[in-house]
Amino acid sequence: MITVEHLTKCYGGFTAVSDLSFEIDEGHVYGFLGPNGAGKSTTMNIMTGCLSATEGRIRVNGYDIFEEPEQAKRTIGYLPEQPPLYMNETPAEYLRFVGEAKGLKGDMLKRQINDVAEKTKIEHVMDRLISTLSKGYRQRVGIAQALLGSPKVIVLDEPTVGLDPIQIIEIRELIRQLGETHTVILSSHILSEVQAICEKVLIISQGKLVAFDKPENLEKLFLASNGICFTVEASKDETAEVLEKIDMIAEWKIRLREDDRIMVNIKTESESVSICRELFFAFADRKRAILEMSSKKANLEDVFIELTEGEKGGSEK
Amino acid sequence: MIAVLKHELSGYFHSLTAYIFSAFLLAFVGIGALIYNIQSAIANFEYVLGYVCLGFVVIIPILTMRVMAEEKKQKTDQLLYSLPIRTSQIVMGKYFALLFVYLAPLCIAALYPLIFAQFGEVYLLTSYCSLFAFFVMGAAMIAVGTFISSLTENQGFAAGIAIPILLFNYYSVTLAEYVSATAAGSAAAVIVLSILLGLIICYLTKNKNLAYGISILMIFAVAAVYFADRSRLEGLVPDIMTKLSLFERFYTFVNGVFDLTAIIYYITVIIFFLFLTVQSLEKRRYN
Repeated sequence: MITVEHLTKCYGGFTAVSDLSFEIDEGHVYGFLGPNGAGKSTTMNIMTGCLSATEGRIRVNGYDIFEEPEQAKRTIGYLPEQPPLYMNETPAEYLRFVGEAKGLKGDMLKRQINDVAEKTKIEHVMDRLISTLSKGYRQRVGIAQALLGSPKVIVLDEPTVGLDPIQIIEIRELIRQLGETHTVILSSHILSEVQAICEKVLIISQGKLVAFDKPENLEKLFLASNGICFTVEASKDETAEVLEKIDMIAEWKIRLREDDRIMVNIKTESESVSICRELFFAFADRKRAILEMSSKKANLEDVFIELTEGEKGGSEK
Repeated sequence: MIAVLKHELSGYFHSLTAYIFSAFLLAFVGIGALIYNIQSAIANFEYVLGYVCLGFVVIIPILTMRVMAEEKKQKTDQLLYSLPIRTSQIVMGKYFALLFVYLAPLCIAALYPLIFAQFGEVYLLTSYCSLFAFFVMGAAMIAVGTFISSLTENQGFAAGIAIPILLFNYYSVTLAEYVSATAAGSAAAVIVLSILLGLIICYLTKNKNLAYGISILMIFAVAAVYFADRSRLEGLVPDIMTKLSLFERFYTFVNGVFDLTAIIYYITVIIFFLFLTVQSLEKRRYN
């Protein structure tokens, strides 16, 4: 669907994207994740033909974005970071212009405008000036614009930035619905968001692709073992003795707290609930109370920090 | 292109731009007709146009200042880039919309000679040929204004640059008389111009080698001509200034001569500046 090969983009002496290659298949919601300045927007701008590349090739639905830009752009809908809206127009006028520019005419144009207005739920504001609309509605008009011409791929650059929590939920819901009929690529620096909507995640840091997988796999990849943390009223030796008897525990760290209690961090590859149960009964048999116990599941945040910091360390060496 | 044209036109007629522009142009024409035709009792409408064209120095920049700058400011240029239309189509669409806005008041102005004809003998051919030339000259200035607007995202700046440029163009023939016509003077002026050109190229392309190359090449060329055949440089700068004047060529029409070379000159200017506008917009992608 979209193939990016060895994409490089330099601004003067600064390299925003360096040797980026990946492939995007049909019918998923893809998340572009990276800290600010990682090159997400630049990559998206190049993919949609708004920006040139210093090197590399991009094919969108079989068309080269640099050599056959018109055909390629027809199959892609783009919402930039700041929705490109004409403030002194109504959504109806605005969508008509975009539709016409995308080559829609007559009945087809009307039908599509009604269709995208319904999908993005902006029918009741179609005749209000865009300048009077709230940020959430402006974002919707921006998405409606991207949907016109029924492109196969929809690219959304940080679609939920600056919205209030309710609007964020609404936009996410909309994106999820779009994902059923289109290939959606969205960028974000909010991990929970990507985790919630995307089926596949691309992590970019300093212009390089550092990971490309399903969110679940990424979690597994980077903290292969789950963690359990508990505080117990026992001595160090006694705790070690108990832990040694439980097979499922691979690695542990015991720390004496200031209040003479023992804090233990456990790494394990087994299911954490059964270990918790084992621990509970083992200490209960010895009449030692577990005061606190929690299981830690690796989330994308950890993955993200690990990946991007590793990258930083690597480049500093 | 049609989509852009329609969109721009609806923008102009929804906002005050088109009306203010028309009002100003018609006010100038009206005052001109009052002074030249009615008070002096002369039926030559072309004299009015000769007088009105000074007004272009102000009203054309005001008309063209937002055409490209506003897109950049509102970030809607990203939309235009992502739409499946070519940059040249965007520029053409916007330019034709401007021409249409400009043509509307001229259609009203075109009634003047007909009204005068009711009361006496008017040589309509001169009047209408002048009006045509007036339109083409304005079109050339709109192309210049469009290009200047594409260089910045600040409308005020676009107007602030376009007004002095057009004003200089208006007075360039008068100023040409005061410019040194000697070979040494011309050579010095051309060298200064070469350096200025180099600076502009450097600013636009961010390519220092190209800017140095062009400047140095031009300076060498001037020096070579100066030492080889000094007489060639005599009167060069005043000559260039006169030739560059868009207004000067229009007075030929006012005087009753239909100068086809001037029309071709204007069309060349239009094509040249629209080409530069397209390049200027394309350049933003290569930043």
